[in-house]
Amino acid sequence: MARDMSDIDILKMELEQLKKEVSTPREPVSKTSKDIMEWCEAASATDLLITGVPDDKNPYKPEKGGCIIT
Amino acid sequence: MGEMEALRKEADNLKDQITEARKVVQDTTLQEAVAGTALVGRVQLKTRKTLRGHLAKIYAMHWGTDTKFCVSASQDGKLIVWDTLTTNKVNAIPLKSSWVMTCAYAPSGNMVACGGLDNMCSIYNLKGKDGNVKVMRELAAHTGYLSCCRFLSDSEIITSSGDCTCVLWDIETGTEKTIFAGHLGDCMSLAVSPDFKMFISGACDFTAKLWDIREATCRQTFSGHESDINAIGFFPNGNAVITGSDDATCKLYDLRADQELVTYQDSGIMCGVTSLAPSLSGRLLLAGYDDFNVNIWDMLKAERVGVLAGHDNRVSCIGVSSDGMACCTGSWDSFLKIWN
Repeated sequence: MARDMSDIDILKMELEQLKKEVSTPREPVSKTSKDIMEWCEAASATDLLITGVPDDKNPYKPEKGGCIIT
Repeated sequence: MGEMEALRKEADNLKDQITEARKVVQDTTLQEAVAGTALVGRVQLKTRKTLRGHLAKIYAMHWGTDTKFCVSASQDGKLIVWDTLTTNKVNAIPLKSSWVMTCAYAPSGNMVACGGLDNMCSIYNLKGKDGNVKVMRELAAHTGYLSCCRFLSDSEIITSSGDCTCVLWDIETGTEKTIFAGHLGDCMSLAVSPDFKMFISGACDFTAKLWDIREATCRQTFSGHESDINAIGFFPNGNAVITGSDDATCKLYDLRADQELVTYQDSGIMCGVTSLAPSLSGRLLLAGYDDFNVNIWDMLKAERVGVLAGHDNRVSCIGVSSDGMACCTGSWDSFLKIWN
């Protein structure tokens, strides 16, 4: 769209969007960053890339003493 | 004062108002909020599988939902659906156009999609009656390359394009339901929110935009990057957005505070970010770079905690499986690797 529009039409489109965005509701960073941190920390306990997957539960780890020939 | 000048002045005025409004709610920073949090331990992932079969650069990959299958797209003109546990190729789909730039797996597992310099998004039915995978629909209307696509369901898909727009399609009828216009540069990447109500797009105008799918409006615009945004993703709880750019940084934008929270950068990293994926908890950010590596960041503390080095060329795509157990990287070296 932006490719076919004249410079003035592009500016008008930008302006319309900015007018909307001025009234976006904004919550304090103290609240939102605390929420992200808490959500993250709670979920980290079961995040397998952080905790690691024990060999016997890892479907990607080949079993001992065997190999898969494909 | 000419009309252009007047409009520009009005726009700058509004931008200043937005900057002010963002400052007003910036009563702290993420860095201060996590000051008491320990850095996540060093993350060392090993290559568990190497998926061999493509004959040229891999441009995109996408995990299926609740499965260990994934789809990859290469400029050898093939889409391959892999069983990552066995490394078997479940489907090898020849494409009409080999200039593919993106691929996607439908959440149902019934379809895959791809597109690129042909300006179209082609939908393939994996579960056809006779067992053959055929083109189900060709969604054509974009006037620029298809950079990314993501299914909302078996009947709807969202695409982003070099024509600066994103489009919501009705797959059944093959028509455009909604056109999302607003970016001033090529749209490079998109991601759908966990609740499927919103999506975000990153573009060559250096901004990321949050779109309301049903209202068909742009809700928020995030700036700060100094070059093209190549990769974008939602923080897993849907309240923040992560972007990766040619300016060698990734950024975390908070949707509720409507501003950037942190930049992931290092003076030693001078090449562009090509792809990114958060781990299941969002604590880790895995980002692929032009220098053939994937850097793993502690997303809260904004420090590097690991590196995945194993490809012999640019890492072009990365994804974390839906159960968070494994990460897949795809590269211009024609291989995909599974890590955990």
